[in-house]
Amino acid sequence: MGFFDDKQDWLAEVFAQYPEDRRRSALMPLLRRVQQDEGYVSFERMKEIAALVGTTATEVAGVMSFYSYYQGLPTGKYHIQVCRTLSCKLAGSDELWKTLTERLGILPGEVTEDGRFSLQAVECLGSCHTGPVIQINDEHYVERVTKERLEALLEGLSQDKPLEEVRRELPGEEQMGKATIELAEGGES
Amino acid sequence: MSNGPIVSGKDPRFTPTLYAHVGKPQSWTLDYYLGHGGYETARAVLSGKQPEEVVDEVKKSGLRGRGGAGFPTGVKWSFMPNDGQQHYLICNADESEPASFKDRYIMEDDPHQLIEGMIIGGYAIRATKGYIYIRGEYKKAYDRLVAAIKEARERGYLGQNLFGSGFDFDIFVHRGAGAYICGEETALMNSLEGLRANPRMKPPFPAQSGLYGKPTTINNVESLASVVHIMQRGADWFAQMGTEKSKGMKLYQVSGPARRPGVYELPMGTTFRELIYDWAGGPTEPIKAFIPGGSSTPLLPFTDEYLDLPMDYESLVAAKSSLGTGGVVLIPQSVCIVDAIWNLIRFYAHESCGKCTPCREGVSGWLPQLFEKFETGKATHEDLKTMEDLLDQIEGRSFCPLADAAVWPIRGALRHFRDEFVHHIEHGTCAVQSGPRWR
Ligand SMILES: Cc1cc2nc3c(=O)[nH]c(=O)nc-3n(C[C@H](O)[C@H](O)[C@H](O)COP(=O)(O)O)c2cc1C
Ligand code: SF4
Ligand code: FES
Repeated sequence: MGFFDDKQDWLAEVFAQYPEDRRRSALMPLLRRVQQDEGYVSFERMKEIAALVGTTATEVAGVMSFYSYYQGLPTGKYHIQVCRTLSCKLAGSDELWKTLTERLGILPGEVTEDGRFSLQAVECLGSCHTGPVIQINDEHYVERVTKERLEALLEGLSQDKPLEEVRRELPGEEQMGKATIELAEGGES
Repeated sequence: MSNGPIVSGKDPRFTPTLYAHVGKPQSWTLDYYLGHGGYETARAVLSGKQPEEVVDEVKKSGLRGRGGAGFPTGVKWSFMPNDGQQHYLICNADESEPASFKDRYIMEDDPHQLIEGMIIGGYAIRATKGYIYIRGEYKKAYDRLVAAIKEARERGYLGQNLFGSGFDFDIFVHRGAGAYICGEETALMNSLEGLRANPRMKPPFPAQSGLYGKPTTINNVESLASVVHIMQRGADWFAQMGTEKSKGMKLYQVSGPARRPGVYELPMGTTFRELIYDWAGGPTEPIKAFIPGGSSTPLLPFTDEYLDLPMDYESLVAAKSSLGTGGVVLIPQSVCIVDAIWNLIRFYAHESCGKCTPCREGVSGWLPQLFEKFETGKATHEDLKTMEDLLDQIEGRSFCPLADAAVWPIRGALRHFRDEFVHHIEHGTCAVQSGPRWR
């Protein structure tokens, strides 16, 4: 069965966003949907998308490779994307990254043996005041990933609790998601 | 202080408008918005003014685009033809310039404000369709926007014959997928059309031939939100804030080691000192430099001379930098400038789209190679010279401004902290040793 066969209503909604003779505009939303549901976009899926938007699979692959979100190889159940850009670096993202690679025993492109985790270094996520920041799959950010918050996060995910629930229960989470954030007095780094 | 323009967030005459509702419970719902005068401005504009009058009012306000380049919004709108064709309004919500995170909270906490701004903007340029191009990572903002648009449609604030004026307007949201170049307006249009996001040749300019070949205007989130308040309170209200050529209020961002990092809405012309100390609570460790307006703007020394600069377009040009997106980053004493700039160059090298030679070879190839040499202690004085020659070769010679944006941070670093590059050459290591920074 094709990926989109049982998603006809959703497809119609996506195509309705763009002019009728511009089906190609739906390419990105379709890629995103596959990436979200399957963790990567296989060549089979590229062919399906190509047929739907009226182009070739090679064209789809060309567009896909332009963006860092779409993956051509399977990712873990939790694909952890770590911001490595300057403000996060100043908040310790280099050490966070090192800790993650060591703890999980993987490098970008690899998946842990249990299929649970994969890693990717990404650029500024637009949350520079709450660095270091990570994003897992296509979910809300995990901000200010301190050592304490990372432990709690990995612990929760290892038990396969829903990500949203794990995130909500992280220490200090009430402060996050705000336009300004108050750091503990003294703030030695 | 009472008769001059408002140039300080501490001036009692100044009240935040763009962020007035950010952080308030349920501020993203239609009921909240309507309870605070929401959509009244759009109603008044659509039923009482001609599109030209809106354009004139925005021109008069002095609003300049908040996406980074500072082009006058009203003037940009006046480029749109009155030709009866399909026109498009695109809201640039790609917000990917490192150190920028201001548009995010408008979309997360006050999405109806943006929708109202787009209705007014769409009316002014005679567009019946608007697209919000939002960076793919902004999931919460996307969810809130989609929900807000749905609510607005259900109650007739989007769709056909808005406020009985005969004007039709609807908005769709298109998600990016992790590519900084999509913030460049013509690359953005290619991305929306399902193509690789390489920038397009200009001319033709978007107002002549933009999205799907139709006349198109692209505005930043903050620019469009500002329009709501300009139309509500009048151009004069907006123009009484700020400096001679930089009007109104603006969203400034602070990141790096500050006590209260975040977004602050202040009048144009507020000083860095006021932003960093009075609003962001001051640094949490000794600072040696700051980036004044996002990653592409040349850094400045953290000294009285620069801290007292007003944050407006002209003052920063005079200081050989730029206001950019207003994203300030504090760089601590203990961090090596070469290291910090290398981090940004890596960013631009990764984000180069590869279309033109100076950027593909220079920004993605040569610059990283040279920085690797500095980092590994292999750089010579000759390499520093090569780097400076290279900057001359790249700047102003590329197809789009991304390559220039990669050159400027190096220029700033060499202007003010050349000794740290020289230290790498002569000692093979950083001039300062950074301890652990992760807590
Ligand atoms: C590489 C590059 C990235 C850009 N990224 C953004 C962005 O993320 N958001 C934005 O509003 N403008 C961005 N711009 C500027 C836009 O091209 C455009 O000038 C702006 O959206 C116009 O809106 P404004 O007049 O309201 O500022 C970028 C420009 C370049 C060259
Ligand atoms: S300057 Fe860089 S990003 Fe811009 S068109 Fe050239 S290669 Fe692409
Ligand atoms: S630098 Fe990490 S979110 Fe901006």
